[in-house]
Amino acid sequence: MTDTLILTPQQIIRKKAAGEPIQPDDSEMIQSHTIVVLVENSIGAFIRVINMFSARGFNIDSVTVGVTEDPTVSRMNIVTTGNSRIISQVLRQLSRLVDTIEVIDLTDTDYVERELCLLKVCYNRDSRSEILDVNEIFRGKVVDITSKTMTFELRGPSKKIEAFIDMMASHKIVEVARSGRVAMQRDS
Amino acid sequence: MTYDEHTKVHPVTTGDSLPEVRPEITSTSQMMSGAEILLRSLEAEGVKIMFGHPGGAVIKVYDEMHRINPEFQHILVRHEQGGTHAAEGYAKATGKVGTVLVTSGPGATNTVTGIADAYMDSVPIVVFTGQVPTGLIGNDAFQECDAVGITRSITKHSYLVRDIKDLARTVKEAYHIARTGRPGPVLVDLPKDVLLAEAPFQYPETVNMRGYAVPEAVRPEKLQRAARMIAESKRPLLYVGGGAVSSDASDSLTELARYTGIPVTTTLHGLGAFPEEDPLSLRMLGMHGTWWANQAVQHCDLIIAVGARFDDRVTGKLDSWAPHAKVIHIEIDQSCISKNVFADCAILGNVKTVLERLLPLLDPKDTTEWLEQIDVWRQECPLQYQKDDKLRAQGVIEKLRDKTGGDAVVITDVGQHQMWSAQYFRFLYSRTHITSGGLGTMGFGMPAAMGAAFGMREIGSSRPVVCISGDGGFVMNAQEMSVAAAHKLPIKLAVINNRFLGMVRQWQELFHMERYSHTDLSDTNPDFVKLAEAHHCVGLRANTPEEAKQIIDEAWEVTDRPVLMEFSVAKEEMVFPMVPAGAATGEMITDRMTPNSFV
Repeated sequence: MTDTLILTPQQIIRKKAAGEPIQPDDSEMIQSHTIVVLVENSIGAFIRVINMFSARGFNIDSVTVGVTEDPTVSRMNIVTTGNSRIISQVLRQLSRLVDTIEVIDLTDTDYVERELCLLKVCYNRDSRSEILDVNEIFRGKVVDITSKTMTFELRGPSKKIEAFIDMMASHKIVEVARSGRVAMQRDS
Repeated sequence: MTYDEHTKVHPVTTGDSLPEVRPEITSTSQMMSGAEILLRSLEAEGVKIMFGHPGGAVIKVYDEMHRINPEFQHILVRHEQGGTHAAEGYAKATGKVGTVLVTSGPGATNTVTGIADAYMDSVPIVVFTGQVPTGLIGNDAFQECDAVGITRSITKHSYLVRDIKDLARTVKEAYHIARTGRPGPVLVDLPKDVLLAEAPFQYPETVNMRGYAVPEAVRPEKLQRAARMIAESKRPLLYVGGGAVSSDASDSLTELARYTGIPVTTTLHGLGAFPEEDPLSLRMLGMHGTWWANQAVQHCDLIIAVGARFDDRVTGKLDSWAPHAKVIHIEIDQSCISKNVFADCAILGNVKTVLERLLPLLDPKDTTEWLEQIDVWRQECPLQYQKDDKLRAQGVIEKLRDKTGGDAVVITDVGQHQMWSAQYFRFLYSRTHITSGGLGTMGFGMPAAMGAAFGMREIGSSRPVVCISGDGGFVMNAQEMSVAAAHKLPIKLAVINNRFLGMVRQWQELFHMERYSHTDLSDTNPDFVKLAEAHHCVGLRANTPEEAKQIIDEAWEVTDRPVLMEFSVAKEEMVFPMVPAGAATGEMITDRMTPNSFV
């Protein structure tokens, strides 16, 4: 992302006045972004990052945190939404924090993303095989079963998890636990 | 995706914009209490003055202070908020880092307004707060509060020191963070057991923070691009903010403006960065800026923003601000770039360094036609007020200006008098205008003036310190008068008394159908002369222009204590011109009808 992609209202006016076309993705298109933030491995650093989002009114759709290969560094994977101007502000405000070591927006790069989901659903004799079929298609794992409920474990990109939950929604879902997205750039 | 300006560079370089650390390493193998380590660290950091208030959690620090008599002065303030504003005034007047020491709980919460003020106005201060012992944190102990949590979104950074081994390093880092890059407040929370523990003392020579980088290398291609934009522009305008003052770029800026012939307008915090008596000065822009500065903004084809952040009080309605202008933004804080106004060319770096490197790339420009046009606007709607036999705030400020010739450090509070000071004082020198701009803290003026006066004394400057305040704001921190008196600071305290919360009254009159809800202070104002006398200061009062001149002369005779001058002025006076909140910069209300809308 470069400066030239960020449009302020003022610049839109200027473009309109000059008769230049304004692409919706210039500034208005709301897009989901996956941002990796490497921070000092302390609770304070984590809170400071989250606090910045709430203090400045930015969205957080999901956030995960865990220690990295370097035990003094934590990796936060943040999923946020906004137009390019907002995202640019998010990245700048993140970089500005003293505890952040590196900030990378993975969105326009080639990256792998995964999420873990545990889903508990009620079943009966009629629905049992259909539920297991869905699970089979999504390549989930049954991790617990009682006479009334089944618990599945599913890994994959967030979209797959959402599709799985959608499919299960026609049955009685008791509980859903999602880990939030983790992501890493591909080298291939 | 390349995000060069966002990606942190490491290993981190340590660029001090205001070096003041003493070079020698201080260390000893002898055991010291945490409290003494704190004091020795401050000595090593070159701290000369500290504003503080004792309490249970920091009693050990005060005990050690009594025992070892450190190389800096401790000023006992009468309210912790006053202490933080004093530290701000000191920092803004001298360019050094201000230091505050308070106890836990209420001591810490009382500093919150001052910290927020310093955060908004990028003032380098370090606030040390006491904390209950680490074992009691979270137990709702007596005088416990989560100081780090409370101040997280109003500090540049904050620390809770849990181990005495980290104490000296934390002090070093706190001062480094406060003074470098875009300056700001840093809070260090000190649990009592850490202050009581013992350890050998070693003050680190360098800081090593991988997450904190100060932009140093200015990218040459950006400078060339900026130079090209300046060469191509016909109606350029320098828009100068507080960054030019805090990086001490005044000389470089003045040289650049005069060499190229580009006119200069400043923000409230930029006042003094460029002499306002220079023909190229358009004075202040924005909500209460001059008509001609705002017209210049609306008609210029290039804005060169220098250490400014396009605040809403400057731009008004964003989408009609400077509609014809391309923008060059010289700024040290990356998060300010393209935040409100898109920067066609953003140069990240220390303002002074950037200006110094930009100047050789520039040529003198022929801006005659542009300056003539600005002069037309200057004649069209000059700054003016009714001159009759009544005492008016603007007249008082002009009299203070005459008395000092502009060679004074002027501290203002918040409200109408603040805007009149900005409009009528005509500032000439950098660091001679100190005010609460971003947060707009009433009660800032008096203690900040005290801090500035200590700063002037420390650097051996004979520049008088003048505090211009309203009757509403003055009483909010009036208690610090006795501290200034105890230290024989000859501060001139001008209280512009209109017996109203004037700025709110102005909005009520203009936008709320003259419903003056709870802005009349005539019943609750103290007798200011007696208030001054009760605080061991001299109190004087003036009701007419003649008396005003007389008491100003009288006040300047007093050299051993503060003098409060109460100027009783008309309550109906309003600050004009004015861009109503949310309106376009071209739509100004003047004391007569706006001559024309040029936009």
